[in-house]
Amino acid sequence: MTADEQAMRRVTAIRNGTVIDHIPGGMVLQALQIFNVDGRHSNPISLVMNVPSRKLGTKDILKIEDRELTQEELDRLALIAPMASVSIIRNYTVAEKLSIQLGDEMINVAHCVYSNCISNAEREPLPHRLKVLNTSPMTLQCHYCGRNQNLDRLVKNLL
Amino acid sequence: MNSLITMNDLTNDDIHRILLDAEKLLPVAKGNFHLPLLEGKILGNLFFEPSTRTRMSFETAMKRLGGDVINLGAVASSSVVKGETLHDTIRMVDGYSDIIALRHPRQGAAQYASDCANVPIANAGDGAGHHPTQTMLDLFTIKQAHGKIENLNVVLVGDLRFGRTVHSLSYALVRFGCKLTLVSPESLKLPEEIVNELKNQGGELTITEDLIPQLKDADVVYMTRIQKERFPDEDEYVRVAGIYKLVANDLSSVKKDMIVMHPLPRVDEINPDVDSTRHAAYFEQAFNGVVTRMALLCNMLNVPIPEKIGGGH
Repeated sequence: MTADEQAMRRVTAIRNGTVIDHIPGGMVLQALQIFNVDGRHSNPISLVMNVPSRKLGTKDILKIEDRELTQEELDRLALIAPMASVSIIRNYTVAEKLSIQLGDEMINVAHCVYSNCISNAEREPLPHRLKVLNTSPMTLQCHYCGRNQNLDRLVKNLL
Repeated sequence: MNSLITMNDLTNDDIHRILLDAEKLLPVAKGNFHLPLLEGKILGNLFFEPSTRTRMSFETAMKRLGGDVINLGAVASSSVVKGETLHDTIRMVDGYSDIIALRHPRQGAAQYASDCANVPIANAGDGAGHHPTQTMLDLFTIKQAHGKIENLNVVLVGDLRFGRTVHSLSYALVRFGCKLTLVSPESLKLPEEIVNELKNQGGELTITEDLIPQLKDADVVYMTRIQKERFPDEDEYVRVAGIYKLVANDLSSVKKDMIVMHPLPRVDEINPDVDSTRHAAYFEQAFNGVVTRMALLCNMLNVPIPEKIGGGH
């Protein structure tokens, strides 16, 4: 059994839902934030944190029961886990494999971390736009103010 | 060329061409020759922050070329106090004018305005962001003094952290191979992000807190005001205010053609006794705002500038 398979079996298989593998080690709690899982009002969730991974060194795994994440929700995950692989599970089998599609720009995913950026002014109607300069390491820049974004702070600014 | 948001909107060739255009327009800027290249065009001057030189020189530039200007006026007497968004203000002025000069306290405002407008936007300063028309007039001033903008020793002094003038200028100078010496107190150092980018672009930088030893080898000394309005905390301002004061005696052993520049207004960074030395270039620099903005307005409105101007050639 490979290390990845061992990691996957640390928690029980789910009947229906979404399994997200290859989240960088320690980032799964941010992933929950991205999917608006608040802990008290959610479906059953299983987490695996900081297990060895060939691809990433260490990785986290997230299993959400009875919820199929949408492509739009997954694209938001690119903020912290651009390499994640996603499986939609139906009746214990992988029904679909989804990948994160990251374009040149993330629109209305998060707002710029600089409070003085025009995009953070009250009631301004244009969309929040972050340019994807690089995916490894993830480098995002605000389209308006041109400042590079701190990802830890950006995760707190999700829309 | 359309909007001018940052210096990245201009190639090095664009910069050289616009500086040559500005030089050609000098007799028009001085009022010695009438050349109504922009007759029938209207500039919308939108200054959401106080400005004397930038606003007036944009206005003078437009009028010297036969164009007209409309002003937002004081923010306190405009719809902005009623809660109008920048988006709506721009959409309105877009219909009233052929080009807009925008100064705004928020960073990114010029790019945002450019996304809202059909007419070109000239960024006249956005928060601590960019001020490219100031950079162009600074480069013009340097070229007038040294005959070139390449490979010079430039000392930038004062508020390098909040000063958008310095940010835009330092990027441009590095593009032309200038060596930069950055003189500031620890709390007002050039942001690390900018230092790294300048280094990545091959910039040769020296960072120090001491001004006087840097003067001897300098071709340009660029003084800036410590900007009280950018400090969140008055105590922090008081600690660094008045830290650099250039006096005429400091210039006794500098290079003959070294120039002292300042975007103005000054407080006490340059003693008035420097004004009468051969090195003082800051008032000329303020005048150069007119001629450089004339060249920029023509370029942004795609109005060609004749090869020969004045003198009956």
